[in-house]
Amino acid sequence: MRIVPHILGAAIAAALISTPVFAAELTGTLKKINDSGTITLAHRDSSIPFSYIADASGKPVGYSHDIQVAIVEALKKDLNKPDLQVKYNLVTSQTRIPLIQNGTADIECGSTTNNTERAQQVDFTVNIFEIGTRLLVKKDKDGKPSYADFADLKGKNVVTTAGTTSERIIKAMNADKQMGMNIISAKDHGESFNMLESGRAVAFMMDDALLAGEEAKAKKPADWIITGTPQSFEAYACMVRKDDPAFKKAVDDAIVALYKSGEINKIYSKWFESPIPPKGLNLNFPMSDKVKDLIATPSDKPAPDVKI
Amino acid sequence: MNYNWDWGVFFKSTGVGSETYLDWYIAGLGWTIAIAVVAWIIALLLGSILGVMRTVPNRIVSGIATCYVELFRNVPLLVQLFIWYFLVPDLLPQNLQDWYKQDLNPTTSAYLSVVVCLGLFTAARVCEQVRTGIQALPRGQESAARAMGFKLPQIYWNVLLPQAYRIIIPPLTSEFLNVFKNSSVASLIGLMELLAQTKQTAEFSANLFEAFTLATLIYFTLNMSLMLLMRMVEKKVAVPGLISVGGK
Repeated sequence: MRIVPHILGAAIAAALISTPVFAAELTGTLKKINDSGTITLAHRDSSIPFSYIADASGKPVGYSHDIQVAIVEALKKDLNKPDLQVKYNLVTSQTRIPLIQNGTADIECGSTTNNTERAQQVDFTVNIFEIGTRLLVKKDKDGKPSYADFADLKGKNVVTTAGTTSERIIKAMNADKQMGMNIISAKDHGESFNMLESGRAVAFMMDDALLAGEEAKAKKPADWIITGTPQSFEAYACMVRKDDPAFKKAVDDAIVALYKSGEINKIYSKWFESPIPPKGLNLNFPMSDKVKDLIATPSDKPAPDVKI
Repeated sequence: MNYNWDWGVFFKSTGVGSETYLDWYIAGLGWTIAIAVVAWIIALLLGSILGVMRTVPNRIVSGIATCYVELFRNVPLLVQLFIWYFLVPDLLPQNLQDWYKQDLNPTTSAYLSVVVCLGLFTAARVCEQVRTGIQALPRGQESAARAMGFKLPQIYWNVLLPQAYRIIIPPLTSEFLNVFKNSSVASLIGLMELLAQTKQTAEFSANLFEAFTLATLIYFTLNMSLMLLMRMVEKKVAVPGLISVGGK
Protein backbone atom coordinates (compact mmCIF):
# COMPACT_ATOMS: atom_id res chain seq x y z
CA MET A 1 0.00 0.00 0.00
CA ARG A 2 2.97 2.31 0.66
CA ILE A 3 3.92 2.16 -2.99
CA VAL A 4 1.15 4.47 -4.23
CA PRO A 5 2.52 7.68 -2.66
CA HIS A 6 5.94 6.84 -4.06
CA ILE A 7 4.64 6.47 -7.59
CA LEU A 8 2.62 9.65 -7.17
CA GLY A 9 5.68 11.49 -5.84
CA ALA A 10 7.80 10.29 -8.74
CA ALA A 11 5.14 11.33 -11.21
CA ILE A 12 4.94 14.81 -9.72
CA ALA A 13 8.72 15.12 -9.67
CA ALA A 14 8.90 14.03 -13.30
CA ALA A 15 6.22 16.54 -14.23
CA LEU A 16 8.09 19.33 -12.43
CA ILE A 17 11.43 18.48 -14.03
CA SER A 18 10.05 18.20 -17.55
CA THR A 19 8.12 21.50 -17.34
CA PRO A 20 10.14 24.45 -18.64
CA VAL A 21 10.40 27.31 -16.18
CA PHE A 22 7.16 29.32 -16.13
CA ALA A 23 5.94 28.02 -19.45
CA ALA A 24 2.53 27.94 -17.81
CA GLU A 25 0.55 31.13 -17.43
CA LEU A 26 2.07 33.52 -14.92
CA THR A 27 0.11 34.41 -11.81
CA GLY A 28 0.38 36.69 -8.81
CA THR A 29 3.59 38.59 -8.23
CA LEU A 30 5.40 36.97 -11.16
CA LYS A 31 2.67 38.20 -13.50
CA LYS A 32 2.80 41.65 -11.93
CA ILE A 33 6.58 41.81 -12.34
CA ASN A 34 6.40 40.47 -15.89
CA ASP A 35 3.63 42.84 -16.99
CA SER A 36 5.01 45.98 -15.35
CA GLY A 37 8.66 45.22 -16.09
CA THR A 38 9.58 46.37 -12.58
CA ILE A 39 10.16 44.73 -9.23
CA THR A 40 10.00 46.69 -5.97
CA LEU A 41 12.49 45.73 -3.29
CA ALA A 42 11.73 46.60 0.32
CA HIS A 43 14.83 47.41 2.34
CA ARG A 44 15.82 48.85 5.74
CA ASP A 45 17.91 51.90 6.50
CA SER A 46 19.91 50.88 9.55
CA SER A 47 20.01 47.10 9.88
CA ILE A 48 23.78 46.85 9.69
CA PRO A 49 25.14 44.78 7.94
CA PHE A 50 21.96 43.23 6.55
CA SER A 51 20.21 46.06 4.79
CA TYR A 52 21.18 49.66 5.32
CA ILE A 53 21.93 52.89 3.55
CA ALA A 54 25.63 53.64 3.46
CA ASP A 55 25.93 56.67 1.21
CA ALA A 56 24.09 59.62 -0.26
CA SER A 57 22.72 57.63 -3.18
CA GLY A 58 20.02 56.32 -0.83
CA LYS A 59 20.39 52.80 -2.25
CA PRO A 60 20.60 49.95 0.20
CA VAL A 61 23.61 47.70 0.70
CA GLY A 62 24.22 44.69 2.90
CA TYR A 63 24.16 40.92 3.21
CA SER A 64 20.40 40.59 2.83
CA HIS A 65 20.42 43.12 0.03
CA ASP A 66 23.02 41.12 -1.93
CA ILE A 67 20.75 38.09 -1.61
CA GLN A 68 17.86 40.25 -2.83
CA VAL A 69 19.94 41.34 -5.84
CA ALA A 70 20.77 37.72 -6.62
CA ILE A 71 17.05 36.95 -6.50
CA VAL A 72 16.37 39.74 -9.01
CA GLU A 73 19.07 38.35 -11.33
CA ALA A 74 17.48 34.90 -11.15
CA LEU A 75 14.02 36.37 -11.87
CA LYS A 76 15.42 38.18 -14.91
CA LYS A 77 16.53 34.81 -16.29
CA ASP A 78 13.32 33.00 -15.30
CA LEU A 79 11.09 35.61 -16.91
CA ASN A 80 13.50 36.25 -19.75
CA LYS A 81 13.48 39.95 -18.95
CA PRO A 82 17.08 41.14 -18.87
CA ASP A 83 15.99 44.77 -18.60
CA LEU A 84 13.81 44.30 -15.49
CA GLN A 85 13.67 47.63 -13.63
CA VAL A 86 14.37 47.66 -9.89
CA LYS A 87 12.57 50.08 -7.58
CA TYR A 88 13.46 50.55 -3.93
CA ASN A 89 11.08 51.05 -1.05
CA LEU A 90 12.39 51.89 2.41
CA VAL A 91 10.46 50.11 5.15
CA THR A 92 10.55 50.18 8.94
CA SER A 93 9.73 47.37 11.32
CA GLN A 94 6.19 48.76 11.49
CA THR A 95 5.58 49.21 7.77
CA ARG A 96 7.30 46.17 6.33
CA ILE A 97 4.40 43.72 6.65
CA PRO A 98 1.56 45.96 5.36
CA LEU A 99 3.63 47.22 2.43
CA ILE A 100 4.31 43.67 1.29
CA GLN A 101 0.66 42.73 1.81
CA ASN A 102 -0.80 45.64 -0.13
CA GLY A 103 1.57 45.22 -3.05
CA THR A 104 3.66 48.36 -2.59
CA ALA A 105 6.77 46.18 -2.41
CA ASP A 106 7.27 42.67 -3.78
CA ILE A 107 9.96 41.25 -1.55
CA GLU A 108 11.58 42.37 1.70
CA CYS A 109 15.04 41.20 2.68
CA GLY A 110 16.43 42.79 5.82
CA SER A 111 16.63 41.47 9.33
CA THR A 112 13.10 40.13 9.65
CA THR A 113 12.70 37.14 11.96
CA ASN A 114 10.73 34.26 10.53
CA ASN A 115 8.07 33.54 13.17
CA THR A 116 4.61 32.02 13.32
CA GLU A 117 2.78 35.28 14.15
CA ARG A 118 4.15 36.99 11.04
CA ALA A 119 3.55 33.87 8.96
CA GLN A 120 -0.18 34.54 9.48
CA GLN A 121 0.26 37.69 7.38
CA VAL A 122 3.08 36.96 4.94
CA ASP A 123 5.05 34.02 3.57
CA PHE A 124 8.70 33.58 4.39
CA THR A 125 11.29 32.40 1.89
CA VAL A 126 13.98 29.96 2.94
CA ASN A 127 15.96 31.34 5.85
CA ILE A 128 18.95 33.50 5.02
CA PHE A 129 20.61 33.96 8.41
CA GLU A 130 20.41 32.81 12.01
CA ILE A 131 21.22 34.84 15.08
CA GLY A 132 21.34 34.27 18.81
CA THR A 133 20.00 36.93 21.17
CA ARG A 134 22.88 38.07 23.39
CA LEU A 135 24.27 41.08 25.23
CA LEU A 136 26.58 43.94 24.38
CA VAL A 137 28.37 45.28 27.47
CA LYS A 138 31.37 47.42 28.33
CA LYS A 139 34.74 45.74 28.84
CA ASP A 140 36.27 46.09 32.29
CA LYS A 141 39.94 47.01 32.93
CA ASP A 142 41.13 43.48 32.14
CA GLY A 143 39.26 43.43 28.84
CA LYS A 144 36.62 41.06 30.24
CA PRO A 145 32.88 41.79 29.99
CA SER A 146 31.71 43.92 32.93
CA TYR A 147 28.58 41.74 33.11
CA ALA A 148 29.29 38.23 31.86
CA ASP A 149 25.80 36.84 31.53
CA PHE A 150 22.10 37.52 31.99
CA ALA A 151 22.16 36.38 35.63
CA ASP A 152 24.54 39.25 36.47
CA LEU A 153 21.98 41.84 35.38
CA LYS A 154 19.69 41.59 38.43
CA GLY A 155 18.42 45.02 39.40
CA LYS A 156 20.29 46.73 36.53
CA ASN A 157 19.15 48.89 33.63
CA VAL A 158 19.05 46.88 30.42
CA VAL A 159 18.17 48.36 27.03
CA THR A 160 16.66 46.60 24.06
CA THR A 161 14.98 47.81 20.88
CA ALA A 162 11.21 48.20 20.93
CA GLY A 163 9.28 45.62 18.95
CA THR A 164 12.01 43.00 18.80
CA THR A 165 11.98 39.42 20.02
CA SER A 166 14.71 40.37 22.48
CA GLU A 167 12.25 42.73 24.13
CA ARG A 168 9.76 39.95 24.59
CA ILE A 169 12.37 37.51 25.89
CA ILE A 170 13.95 39.88 28.41
CA LYS A 171 10.58 41.04 29.71
CA ALA A 172 9.50 37.44 30.15
CA MET A 173 12.80 36.59 31.84
CA ASN A 174 12.42 39.54 34.18
CA ALA A 175 8.90 38.43 35.14
CA ASP A 176 9.65 34.69 35.42
CA LYS A 177 12.89 34.94 37.35
CA GLN A 178 11.98 38.11 39.28
CA MET A 179 15.25 39.74 38.35
CA GLY A 180 14.14 43.31 39.06
CA MET A 181 15.79 44.63 35.88
CA ASN A 182 14.70 47.99 34.53
CA ILE A 183 14.06 47.38 30.87
CA ILE A 184 14.30 50.31 28.48
CA SER A 185 12.71 49.88 25.05
CA ALA A 186 14.49 52.26 22.68
CA LYS A 187 13.03 53.11 19.32
CA ASP A 188 15.81 51.70 17.13
CA HIS A 189 19.16 49.94 17.41
CA GLY A 190 21.10 53.19 17.11
CA GLU A 191 19.21 54.70 20.02
CA SER A 192 19.56 51.53 22.09
CA PHE A 193 23.30 51.73 21.64
CA ASN A 194 23.16 55.42 22.52
CA MET A 195 21.54 54.46 25.85
CA LEU A 196 24.32 51.94 26.48
CA GLU A 197 27.11 54.30 25.47
CA SER A 198 25.73 57.16 27.60
CA GLY A 199 25.52 54.93 30.67
CA ARG A 200 21.75 54.82 30.97
CA ALA A 201 21.92 51.05 30.61
CA VAL A 202 24.68 48.58 31.45
CA ALA A 203 23.74 46.05 28.77
CA PHE A 204 22.06 46.02 25.38
CA MET A 205 20.22 42.83 24.46
CA MET A 206 19.75 42.18 20.77
CA ASP A 207 20.50 39.81 17.89
CA ASP A 208 24.24 39.11 18.06
CA ALA A 209 24.91 40.09 14.44
CA LEU A 210 23.18 43.45 14.93
CA LEU A 211 25.16 43.98 18.14
CA ALA A 212 28.32 43.44 16.12
CA GLY A 213 27.07 46.09 13.70
CA GLU A 214 26.43 48.60 16.52
CA GLU A 215 29.76 47.79 18.14
CA ALA A 216 31.53 48.53 14.86
CA LYS A 217 29.80 51.92 14.71
CA ALA A 218 30.82 52.93 18.26
CA LYS A 219 33.19 55.80 18.97
CA LYS A 220 35.62 53.26 20.47
CA PRO A 221 34.67 49.78 19.20
CA ALA A 222 37.34 48.17 21.39
CA ASP A 223 35.51 49.24 24.58
CA TRP A 224 32.59 46.90 23.93
CA ILE A 225 32.12 43.15 23.90
CA ILE A 226 29.36 40.71 23.00
CA THR A 227 28.68 38.25 25.80
CA GLY A 228 26.10 36.00 27.45
CA THR A 229 24.37 32.73 26.65
CA PRO A 230 22.08 33.10 23.63
CA GLN A 231 18.50 33.23 24.93
CA SER A 232 16.96 32.25 21.63
CA PHE A 233 17.96 31.51 18.10
CA GLU A 234 16.10 33.21 15.34
CA ALA A 235 16.16 32.73 11.63
CA TYR A 236 15.94 35.71 9.31
CA ALA A 237 14.15 35.26 6.02
CA CYS A 238 12.83 37.39 3.18
CA MET A 239 9.10 38.17 3.14
CA VAL A 240 6.84 37.75 0.14
CA ARG A 241 3.06 38.00 -0.23
CA LYS A 242 1.06 35.14 1.20
CA ASP A 243 -0.40 32.40 -0.97
CA ASP A 244 1.72 33.09 -4.02
CA PRO A 245 3.50 29.73 -4.35
CA ALA A 246 4.92 30.38 -7.82
CA PHE A 247 6.74 33.54 -6.76
CA LYS A 248 7.87 32.02 -3.48
CA LYS A 249 9.26 29.02 -5.31
CA ALA A 250 11.16 31.20 -7.79
CA VAL A 251 12.67 33.18 -4.90
CA ASP A 252 13.45 30.08 -2.82
CA ASP A 253 15.14 28.46 -5.82
CA ALA A 254 17.26 31.54 -6.34
CA ILE A 255 18.39 31.56 -2.70
CA VAL A 256 19.07 27.82 -2.64
CA ALA A 257 21.12 28.21 -5.82
CA LEU A 258 23.32 30.72 -3.95
CA TYR A 259 23.78 28.14 -1.19
CA LYS A 260 24.54 25.28 -3.60
CA SER A 261 27.07 27.24 -5.63
CA GLY A 262 28.89 28.47 -2.53
CA GLU A 263 28.29 32.06 -3.66
CA ILE A 264 26.75 32.70 -0.23
CA ASN A 265 30.17 32.26 1.41
CA LYS A 266 31.53 35.15 -0.63
CA ILE A 267 28.57 37.33 0.32
CA TYR A 268 29.01 36.35 3.97
CA SER A 269 32.70 37.18 4.15
CA LYS A 270 32.10 40.42 2.23
CA TRP A 271 29.75 41.70 4.98
CA PHE A 272 30.90 39.96 8.15
CA GLU A 273 34.64 39.43 7.73
CA SER A 274 35.81 42.38 5.64
CA PRO A 275 35.66 46.17 6.01
CA ILE A 276 32.16 47.44 5.20
CA PRO A 277 30.85 50.87 4.27
CA PRO A 278 30.39 53.59 5.35
CA LYS A 279 33.32 53.65 7.81
CA GLY A 280 35.29 50.67 6.51
CA LEU A 281 34.92 48.74 9.76
CA ASN A 282 35.27 44.99 9.96
CA LEU A 283 32.67 43.17 12.08
CA ASN A 284 34.94 40.11 12.50
CA PHE A 285 31.88 37.93 12.92
CA PRO A 286 32.76 34.42 11.67
CA MET A 287 30.01 32.19 10.35
CA SER A 288 28.30 30.31 13.19
CA ASP A 289 27.45 26.63 13.05
CA LYS A 290 23.80 27.66 12.99
CA VAL A 291 24.31 29.63 9.78
CA LYS A 292 26.36 26.78 8.27
CA ASP A 293 23.49 24.36 9.03
CA LEU A 294 20.97 26.73 7.52
CA ILE A 295 22.99 26.87 4.28
CA ALA A 296 23.52 23.11 4.18
CA THR A 297 19.83 22.32 4.76
CA PRO A 298 17.65 25.21 3.55
CA SER A 299 14.30 25.57 5.30
CA ASP A 300 11.52 28.15 5.38
CA LYS A 301 10.40 27.24 8.92
CA PRO A 302 11.05 29.41 11.98
CA ALA A 303 14.13 28.45 13.99
CA PRO A 304 13.20 25.84 16.62
CA ASP A 305 12.36 27.34 20.00
CA VAL A 306 15.31 26.82 22.29
CA LYS A 307 14.51 27.00 25.99
CA ILE A 308 17.51 27.63 28.16
CA MET B 1 -4.87 42.85 -0.03
CA ASN B 2 -4.74 39.52 1.75
CA TYR B 3 -4.74 40.47 5.40
CA ASN B 4 -5.71 38.06 8.15
CA TRP B 5 -8.06 39.92 10.47
CA ASP B 6 -8.16 38.68 14.03
CA TRP B 7 -10.06 40.87 16.46
CA GLY B 8 -9.57 38.31 19.22
CA VAL B 9 -5.88 39.16 19.29
CA PHE B 10 -6.30 41.50 22.28
CA PHE B 11 -7.28 38.61 24.52
CA LYS B 12 -4.33 36.47 23.51
CA SER B 13 -1.31 36.00 25.73
CA THR B 14 1.66 38.23 24.94
CA GLY B 15 4.12 35.59 26.07
CA VAL B 16 5.31 37.94 28.84
CA GLY B 17 4.15 36.60 32.19
CA SER B 18 0.39 36.04 32.06
CA GLU B 19 -0.39 39.38 30.39
CA THR B 20 -2.74 39.71 27.46
CA TYR B 21 -2.37 42.44 24.85
CA LEU B 22 -5.36 44.18 26.42
CA ASP B 23 -3.43 44.45 29.69
CA TRP B 24 -0.73 46.28 27.76
CA TYR B 25 -3.26 48.77 26.42
CA ILE B 26 -4.64 49.39 29.89
CA ALA B 27 -1.15 49.95 31.30
CA GLY B 28 -0.39 52.22 28.36
CA LEU B 29 -3.55 54.25 28.85
CA GLY B 30 -2.57 54.72 32.49
CA TRP B 31 0.77 56.22 31.47
CA THR B 32 -0.84 58.40 28.82
CA ILE B 33 -3.18 59.88 31.41
CA ALA B 34 -0.38 60.23 33.97
CA ILE B 35 1.76 62.16 31.46
CA ALA B 36 -1.03 64.35 30.14
CA VAL B 37 -2.55 65.36 33.47
CA VAL B 38 0.73 66.37 35.11
CA ALA B 39 1.97 68.11 31.95
CA TRP B 40 -1.34 69.97 31.77
CA ILE B 41 -1.05 71.20 35.35
CA ILE B 42 2.44 72.56 34.59
CA ALA B 43 1.20 74.09 31.34
CA LEU B 44 -1.82 75.76 32.93
CA LEU B 45 0.12 77.28 35.82
CA LEU B 46 3.14 78.40 33.84
CA GLY B 47 1.05 79.40 30.83
CA SER B 48 -1.19 81.60 33.00
CA ILE B 49 1.80 83.35 34.55
CA LEU B 50 3.36 83.91 31.13
CA GLY B 51 0.05 85.04 29.67
CA VAL B 52 -0.26 87.67 32.38
CA MET B 53 3.37 88.66 31.85
CA ARG B 54 2.71 89.26 28.16
CA THR B 55 -0.02 91.79 28.96
CA VAL B 56 1.51 93.74 31.84
CA PRO B 57 2.61 97.30 31.07
CA ASN B 58 6.32 96.53 31.43
CA ARG B 59 8.47 95.96 28.34
CA ILE B 60 11.07 93.73 30.01
CA VAL B 61 8.54 91.44 31.67
CA SER B 62 6.43 91.09 28.53
CA GLY B 63 9.58 90.70 26.44
CA ILE B 64 10.70 87.69 28.52
CA ALA B 65 7.32 86.04 28.06
CA THR B 66 7.37 86.75 24.31
CA CYS B 67 10.81 85.17 23.95
CA TYR B 68 9.60 82.11 25.86
CA VAL B 69 6.62 81.69 23.59
CA GLU B 70 8.61 82.09 20.39
CA LEU B 71 11.27 79.65 21.57
CA PHE B 72 8.96 76.89 22.75
CA ARG B 73 6.37 77.30 20.03
CA ASN B 74 8.79 77.27 17.11
CA VAL B 75 10.89 74.22 17.93
CA PRO B 76 9.30 70.86 17.07
CA LEU B 77 8.02 68.98 20.08
CA LEU B 78 10.09 65.90 19.29
CA VAL B 79 13.29 67.94 19.08
CA GLN B 80 12.46 69.45 22.46
CA LEU B 81 11.86 66.01 23.92
CA PHE B 82 15.22 64.71 22.70
CA ILE B 83 16.89 67.79 24.18
CA TRP B 84 15.26 67.17 27.56
CA TYR B 85 15.95 63.47 27.49
CA PHE B 86 19.41 63.18 25.94
CA LEU B 87 21.05 66.57 26.33
CA VAL B 88 19.87 68.20 29.55
CA PRO B 89 20.90 65.30 31.87
CA ASP B 90 24.43 65.50 30.42
CA LEU B 91 24.66 69.12 31.57
CA LEU B 92 24.08 68.19 35.21
CA PRO B 93 27.01 67.81 37.64
CA GLN B 94 28.59 64.34 37.42
CA ASN B 95 27.15 62.86 40.64
CA LEU B 96 23.67 64.08 39.83
CA GLN B 97 24.09 62.76 36.30
CA ASP B 98 25.03 59.28 37.55
CA TRP B 99 22.08 59.25 39.89
CA TYR B 100 19.68 60.35 37.17
CA LYS B 101 20.97 57.91 34.57
CA GLN B 102 21.75 54.83 36.65
CA ASP B 103 19.99 54.84 40.02
CA LEU B 104 16.73 56.34 38.92
CA ASN B 105 14.37 53.87 37.30
CA PRO B 106 14.60 54.51 33.52
CA THR B 107 10.82 54.77 33.31
CA THR B 108 10.90 57.52 35.94
CA SER B 109 13.63 59.47 34.16
CA ALA B 110 11.78 59.15 30.84
CA TYR B 111 8.56 60.22 32.56
CA LEU B 112 10.21 63.29 34.10
CA SER B 113 11.67 64.32 30.75
CA VAL B 114 8.40 63.98 28.89
CA VAL B 115 6.30 65.71 31.54
CA VAL B 116 8.67 68.69 31.72
CA CYS B 117 8.96 68.85 27.94
CA LEU B 118 5.25 68.63 27.26
CA GLY B 119 4.39 70.96 30.15
CA LEU B 120 6.75 73.69 28.96
CA PHE B 121 5.78 73.25 25.30
CA THR B 122 2.07 73.50 26.07
CA ALA B 123 2.65 76.41 28.46
CA ALA B 124 3.70 78.52 25.46
CA ARG B 125 0.39 77.75 23.79
CA VAL B 126 -1.67 78.29 26.97
CA CYS B 127 0.15 81.60 27.40
CA GLU B 128 -1.12 82.80 24.05
CA GLN B 129 -4.69 81.77 24.91
CA VAL B 130 -4.55 83.58 28.24
CA ARG B 131 -3.10 86.67 26.58
CA THR B 132 -5.85 86.77 23.94
CA GLY B 133 -8.44 86.18 26.66
CA ILE B 134 -7.19 89.20 28.61
CA GLN B 135 -6.89 91.35 25.52
CA ALA B 136 -10.39 90.42 24.39
CA LEU B 137 -11.84 92.19 27.43
CA PRO B 138 -12.93 95.81 26.99
CA ARG B 139 -10.14 98.18 28.05
CA GLY B 140 -12.63 99.92 30.29
CA GLN B 141 -12.55 96.97 32.68
CA GLU B 142 -8.96 97.62 33.59
CA SER B 143 -9.45 101.40 33.73
CA ALA B 144 -12.50 101.05 35.95
CA ALA B 145 -10.66 98.73 38.32
CA ARG B 146 -7.75 101.16 38.43
CA ALA B 147 -10.11 104.05 39.10
CA MET B 148 -11.56 102.14 42.02
CA GLY B 149 -8.10 101.92 43.53
CA PHE B 150 -7.21 98.29 42.73
CA LYS B 151 -3.50 97.48 42.58
CA LEU B 152 -2.19 95.69 39.46
CA PRO B 153 -2.18 92.17 41.01
CA GLN B 154 -5.72 92.78 42.28
CA ILE B 155 -6.86 93.92 38.83
CA TYR B 156 -5.61 90.67 37.29
CA TRP B 157 -6.76 88.38 40.08
CA ASN B 158 -10.20 89.84 40.73
CA VAL B 159 -11.22 91.47 37.45
CA LEU B 160 -9.34 90.34 34.35
CA LEU B 161 -8.43 86.69 34.86
CA PRO B 162 -11.85 85.40 36.05
CA GLN B 163 -13.39 86.79 32.87
CA ALA B 164 -10.52 85.85 30.58
CA TYR B 165 -10.58 82.18 31.64
CA ARG B 166 -14.28 81.97 30.92
CA ILE B 167 -13.74 83.33 27.42
CA ILE B 168 -10.92 80.96 26.56
CA ILE B 169 -12.42 77.69 27.78
CA PRO B 170 -13.06 76.43 24.20
CA PRO B 171 -9.48 77.01 22.90
CA LEU B 172 -8.09 75.76 26.23
CA THR B 173 -10.08 72.58 25.72
CA SER B 174 -8.28 72.09 22.42
CA GLU B 175 -4.95 72.48 24.15
CA PHE B 176 -6.03 70.09 26.87
CA LEU B 177 -6.87 67.46 24.25
CA ASN B 178 -3.61 68.21 22.43
CA VAL B 179 -1.67 67.30 25.55
CA PHE B 180 -3.22 63.84 25.50
CA LYS B 181 -2.42 63.39 21.83
CA ASN B 182 1.07 64.88 22.09
CA SER B 183 1.90 62.57 24.99
CA SER B 184 2.44 59.90 22.31
CA VAL B 185 5.93 61.33 21.68
CA ALA B 186 6.90 59.55 24.90
CA SER B 187 6.85 56.29 22.92
CA LEU B 188 10.07 57.43 21.24
CA ILE B 189 12.08 57.50 24.45
CA GLY B 190 10.94 54.10 25.63
CA LEU B 191 8.09 55.10 27.92
CA MET B 192 5.41 52.47 27.44
CA GLU B 193 2.38 54.70 27.04
CA LEU B 194 -0.56 53.95 24.80
CA LEU B 195 1.15 54.39 21.43
CA ALA B 196 4.26 52.46 22.51
CA GLN B 197 2.08 49.58 23.70
CA THR B 198 0.18 49.72 20.42
CA LYS B 199 3.37 49.51 18.38
CA GLN B 200 4.58 46.69 20.58
CA THR B 201 1.32 44.81 20.15
CA ALA B 202 1.48 45.31 16.37
CA GLU B 203 5.03 44.03 16.27
CA PHE B 204 4.52 41.02 18.55
CA SER B 205 1.21 39.83 17.14
CA ALA B 206 1.70 40.95 13.50
CA ASN B 207 -1.92 42.19 13.70
CA LEU B 208 -1.02 45.75 12.85
CA PHE B 209 -4.39 47.06 11.74
CA GLU B 210 -6.28 45.73 14.75
CA ALA B 211 -3.64 47.18 17.07
CA PHE B 212 -3.84 50.67 15.61
CA THR B 213 -7.62 50.58 15.28
CA LEU B 214 -7.97 49.92 19.00
CA ALA B 215 -5.52 52.74 19.78
CA THR B 216 -7.53 55.10 17.56
CA LEU B 217 -10.73 54.19 19.36
CA ILE B 218 -9.16 54.66 22.79
CA TYR B 219 -7.69 58.09 21.93
CA PHE B 220 -10.98 59.13 20.34
CA THR B 221 -13.13 58.02 23.26
CA LEU B 222 -10.78 59.58 25.78
CA ASN B 223 -10.74 62.92 23.99
CA MET B 224 -14.48 62.94 23.32
CA SER B 225 -15.16 62.38 27.03
CA LEU B 226 -12.76 65.15 27.98
CA MET B 227 -14.38 67.49 25.49
CA LEU B 228 -17.84 66.80 26.90
CA LEU B 229 -16.49 67.29 30.41
CA MET B 230 -15.00 70.66 29.47
CA ARG B 231 -18.29 71.69 27.89
CA MET B 232 -20.03 70.98 31.17
CA VAL B 233 -17.42 73.02 33.00
CA GLU B 234 -17.98 75.87 30.52
CA LYS B 235 -21.73 75.86 31.14
CA LYS B 236 -21.27 75.56 34.89
CA VAL B 237 -18.97 78.57 35.25
CA ALA B 238 -20.72 80.80 32.71
CA VAL B 239 -21.81 84.16 34.08
CA PRO B 240 -25.27 84.99 32.67
CA GLY B 241 -25.09 87.94 30.31
CA LEU B 242 -21.29 88.03 30.15
CA ILE B 243 -20.69 85.73 27.22
CA SER B 244 -23.11 83.47 25.46
CA VAL B 245 -22.66 79.73 25.79
CA GLY B 246 -23.45 77.39 22.94
CA GLY B 247 -24.75 80.17 20.71
CA LYS B 248 -27.56 81.23 23.03
